[in-house]
Amino acid sequence: MPETILVVVEQREGKLNRVSWETLTAGQALAAETGWTLEAAVVGSGVAGFANEIALKKLAKVYAIESAKLEPYTPDAFVAALKQFLASHPTKLVLMPHTYQVRDFVPKLATAMGRAAISDCIGYKREGEKLLFTRQMFQGKLAADVSFTSDAPWFVTFQNGAYRGDKVEAGASAAPVETVSVVIADGVIRNKPHEVFKEAKQAVDLTQAEIIVAVGRGIKEQKNIEIAKQLAEALGGELAASRPICDSGWLPMDRQIGSSGQTVAPKLYLALGISGAIQHIVGMKGARTIIAVNKDSEAPIFEIADYAVVGNLFDIVPPLIEEVKKAKAGA
Amino acid sequence: MKILVCMKQVPQKDAPLKLNETGTWIREDVSYEVNEPDAYALEEALRQKEKHGGEVVVITSGPARAQQVLREALAKGADRAIHLEDNAFVGLDAFNTARAFAAAIKDDQFDLIFTGLQSDDYGYAQTGVVLAELLGWPHATIIMQIEKNESGIRVKRELEAGYFQFVDMPLPAVLTIQSGINKLRYATLIGIKQAKNKPLRKVSLAEVQSALGANLQKIERLYVPQKTKNTEFLEGPAGEVAKKLAEKLRNEVRVL
Repeated sequence: MPETILVVVEQREGKLNRVSWETLTAGQALAAETGWTLEAAVVGSGVAGFANEIALKKLAKVYAIESAKLEPYTPDAFVAALKQFLASHPTKLVLMPHTYQVRDFVPKLATAMGRAAISDCIGYKREGEKLLFTRQMFQGKLAADVSFTSDAPWFVTFQNGAYRGDKVEAGASAAPVETVSVVIADGVIRNKPHEVFKEAKQAVDLTQAEIIVAVGRGIKEQKNIEIAKQLAEALGGELAASRPICDSGWLPMDRQIGSSGQTVAPKLYLALGISGAIQHIVGMKGARTIIAVNKDSEAPIFEIADYAVVGNLFDIVPPLIEEVKKAKAGA
Repeated sequence: MKILVCMKQVPQKDAPLKLNETGTWIREDVSYEVNEPDAYALEEALRQKEKHGGEVVVITSGPARAQQVLREALAKGADRAIHLEDNAFVGLDAFNTARAFAAAIKDDQFDLIFTGLQSDDYGYAQTGVVLAELLGWPHATIIMQIEKNESGIRVKRELEAGYFQFVDMPLPAVLTIQSGINKLRYATLIGIKQAKNKPLRKVSLAEVQSALGANLQKIERLYVPQKTKNTEFLEGPAGEVAKKLAEKLRNEVRVL
């Protein structure tokens, strides 16, 4: 029997988290490479709908791991459920997106099973019989290839943007869906979570944005943010910033991209006056196309840019807004 | 409240890093600093103690150089320190690091254990949660606020995309602390002076060895990431560059 790869997808607020598709893409690639069987699981209460949605992708089986006690999310319940499931479903590799929720329970799950998790990976390599998982170290300055030295199951989490969610392959026909009811005893759940809320009314989910125009120190003054805003509006995108801009209060914290802000993987990331400190880059390097405008030709942002303009953003942006408006009007 | 703060010494953010001869770790001759989220974890512990009384204990593992992190913490107001001192601690995975900490504190009774949400070197974001599981305690991660109540604590978890959530939980518990939860204090001159007389317990590798096992994961190699992108530089007068960019947006990026 071939080994099994299990992708645990994430749902939140009645929607599959988009990064789940990225993890499925990673799972499909690993399955193709190893010849192992790909399965998926969704954990929660009343999650059959999600399971059916996933079953349309190219995989062998989908499990809906169900208990009323899995809603709302608690690490105690999720660990109990997955531990139970994995005890009866031998699995070689368990893949999950490196979300805040996964970070909250995976180390506990792995420890409870006497296993390890290699977290926040950006890819994998197969060398002979060995599977290596690549992850960033030292804030992205170095990369490491890491192997498991423990028995299965091996837990791996993938960074947002490491794989393309839109590349996930559809199946020839829907995969079978099996509901697995798990029993979570009274007293297992110790945390009592309250309703999820947004701090600021205007809080924006930049992870879902297709186009992002971001500003950095090169914008110089708060009033100059207006031209970046105009460009974002012309493109139909969201405005974002590097940490110093938000620390100065020029834009709210929820528009911050980077290690202490949001991690995004939009279709287009247009960086204006951003030098590209690693703390920023880890939050946006997954963008499909990166355009950088910076007057310093040595700025590290150019290392990862697809298109680069060495020049003054105050010269480039106004005519660019006009060109974009023209193109949109003509479209 | 008796609070333990787990702290780590990491290379300075702008320190140029060189690989060691085997290409499995960095050369250790760099400048070090306290892991940034751990500084916030310490600050939060000091604030909780100022509100509710109790004791703040700091713990770290690593060679002699790591003691600097503890000295700074004592100068800021921590009451005592524990140093798991050995170069071998640097190479432990999160599972083993947590096991070493659990063994070192087995005679203490803490109400809370804080860690930073992740380290700036490994960046695994696991040690705190692993420690909670080893101790059998509840945990919560990426915490932005902590309030004591009758039954335990109420914490504010940061979720993604601007969402937050309050969670009530019993004590003892482990919390991983997010940067920016508070405003960091500086050590005062008098604090630095007093720190010299505060207790610092050294724990050798031999003392915790029986609690450790083999690492469950291994860094096979460490390397400078390859530049994967072919960057196309667009040149010319501003108006022309804007036209070229718009053309790329239309034909290549396809957002127009």
